[in-house]
Amino acid sequence: MTVKSVRDALNEALFQEMRRDPSVIVMGEDVSGGAGGSSGSRDAAGGIFGVTKGLITEFGEHRVIDTPISESAIIGLANGAALTGMRPVAELMFADFVGVAMDQIYNQLAKFRYMFGGKAKAPVVVRMSMGAGMNAGAQHSQTIYSMLSAVPGLKVVVPSNPADAKGMLAAAIRDDDPVIFLEHKALYSTKGEVPDGEYIAPLHGANLVQSGKDATVVTLGRMVPFSQKASAKLAEEGITFDLIDLRSTSPIDEELILESLSLTGRLVVVDESNPMCSIASEIAAIAAEKGFSSLRGPVIRVTAPHTPVPFARELERMYVPGPDRIAAAIRKAVKGE
Amino acid sequence: MQQSRTDILRAYRQMRMIREFEEKLHIENRSGEIAGFTHLYAGQEAIAVGICEHLTDRDYISSTHRGHGHCIAKGCDPRLMMHEIYGRADGLCKGRGGSMHIADIDKGMLGANGIVGGGPPIAVGAALTCLARGDGSVSVSFGGGGSSNQGTVFEAMNMAVVLKLPKIFVFELNGYSEHTGETYMIGSDIVQRTEGFGLPVFQADGFDYFSVHQAMADALEHVRAGKGPCALVAEATRYFGHFEGDPQNYRAKDEVKGLRETRDALLHFRARVTEAGPLDAAELDAIDSEVAAFIEDCVTSAKAGPTPGPEVMLADVYADYQDKP
Ligand SMILES: Cc1ncc(C[n+]2csc(CCOP(=O)(O)OP(=O)(O)O)c2C)c(N)n1
Ligand SMILES: [Mg+2]
Repeated sequence: MTVKSVRDALNEALFQEMRRDPSVIVMGEDVSGGAGGSSGSRDAAGGIFGVTKGLITEFGEHRVIDTPISESAIIGLANGAALTGMRPVAELMFADFVGVAMDQIYNQLAKFRYMFGGKAKAPVVVRMSMGAGMNAGAQHSQTIYSMLSAVPGLKVVVPSNPADAKGMLAAAIRDDDPVIFLEHKALYSTKGEVPDGEYIAPLHGANLVQSGKDATVVTLGRMVPFSQKASAKLAEEGITFDLIDLRSTSPIDEELILESLSLTGRLVVVDESNPMCSIASEIAAIAAEKGFSSLRGPVIRVTAPHTPVPFARELERMYVPGPDRIAAAIRKAVKGE
Repeated sequence: MQQSRTDILRAYRQMRMIREFEEKLHIENRSGEIAGFTHLYAGQEAIAVGICEHLTDRDYISSTHRGHGHCIAKGCDPRLMMHEIYGRADGLCKGRGGSMHIADIDKGMLGANGIVGGGPPIAVGAALTCLARGDGSVSVSFGGGGSSNQGTVFEAMNMAVVLKLPKIFVFELNGYSEHTGETYMIGSDIVQRTEGFGLPVFQADGFDYFSVHQAMADALEHVRAGKGPCALVAEATRYFGHFEGDPQNYRAKDEVKGLRETRDALLHFRARVTEAGPLDAAELDAIDSEVAAFIEDCVTSAKAGPTPGPEVMLADVYADYQDKP
């Protein structure tokens, strides 16, 4: 184990998989950077968050492909290459840009295997940075997992720590289905223990981060560390809870959630996305449908409001569910106010 | 095209306003007080101003992530823009938009845009309004060289040609698209490619206000004669990084220094109007100091501006209702 940032862990996974399998290729805007620039450097960016840094030096421009600003064609490039034997890792710099590439993702990529009678496979990984936290405004801050998890055929994962970042990216690359791989941009510098050497973490399955007695708190992404902060506050009041990191929003690990709920009887879901048709709603529905007899009170959803992500610091802070709001919701669930 | 003394002074003032606005933001950014991504337009002033000096509030523009220059040139209030960039409740967009989303519909400014290639299709729609009104108004989209590769831009160009709309596509070639050279990603000649869509292309020197102004006059003549859309292509540079904080590893160390010395739209303008005539340097100096003081004051008031509260966050998602807190 070595302590590394999420950024470095992701980078390590890409090196690991590209060394292992020559069919793994990387494509996107500025994934290396510098082409046509005056400095002569061909590793001038390595992705705007530095995740693909150094790849071009080892693997060259045939496997590390800088593209024009053409998101639809970037995903198309990955799709066609995948159908014909490659394992592309396409980067959409910001998850919000998915709009430009949506047809290639949800009408094409997601449906190949099914529509083509099970004969086709499209092992594409679409990496994107997501989430608020940088005051990047309404078109650079969204969490789009709810929307994409609604599409049959896509697997959607949201690692919350460096070990999962490395292990899940490697697993996503080896997976034979399309995987939407969402990296929270506020977590890139978060550090943690990462297994050395070849490391694979399962794509499916939630993770019980900590156990407690009073409630089940289901969350993901940046809301995991925020919920841990809430836990520290609540511990002083004698409230403890099971904290479940979803890791994957498609599929959802129902078993772990329901098992925990059967022990605690109370459910709080913390989700950075907008509330309508969200993962938070989905989990509430699972609880209502399959865990009803365990519930000792209403399910509480802690989400962003039904608004675009606002720009100003004060507004973004209000928008994102923070540790205080999370703690208040858990307190309410446990004490009924 | 002949321009009056007043026209020339106003154009210079607009260019200076943009330069000062951006240079000041560059300095202020280091304090960490400005949130989010800020993309500066310094180096490209002659393009925004050379084009927008022809336009009125009835004409429309769509802009980009690098929008401050277009906004100022199109008549947005720089003070309210500054407040917006500082995320103030009294900013042009109430602090909800920020640098990348400044807009002022009353001024015909249809928004900076966080999505590369997001603007041109919208501007095509505005051109439809112009055509319907039949008042000679036009719609202009600004876009960088990088943006010219977006499918949305290709679709917008073809749509405008098919519908014969009063629409001008402006492509500002500043050499880079984020960390990659524009020449790398435009696989062919951008002028020929644009012509291939059926758009006549008017070319200008993007460092030279008079060159851009003339090209825009020609473009307008074409469009207003009912001949359908056209394009304007101009080369310039950006003096700063892609965004504030960009280490610019893709750029040779002295590239900007050299360009600032030899290719500066403001210096060029000054030389041209003072050497050949109508103005003397003192008049321009006076504008420089007036604008500098004004921008200084905009920053001071922006820093002291009111911060937005929850009511600002929840309002305006819809016209007729809003979520409860
Ligand atoms: C759809 C989309 N893709 C990518 C980006 C990220 N991005 C922002 S600006 C930019 C480069 C734009 O280059 P160009 O059009 O030449 O404009 P310039 O920045 O040079 O003014 C990129 C890739 C984006 N904002 N939107
Ligand atoms: Mg450019």
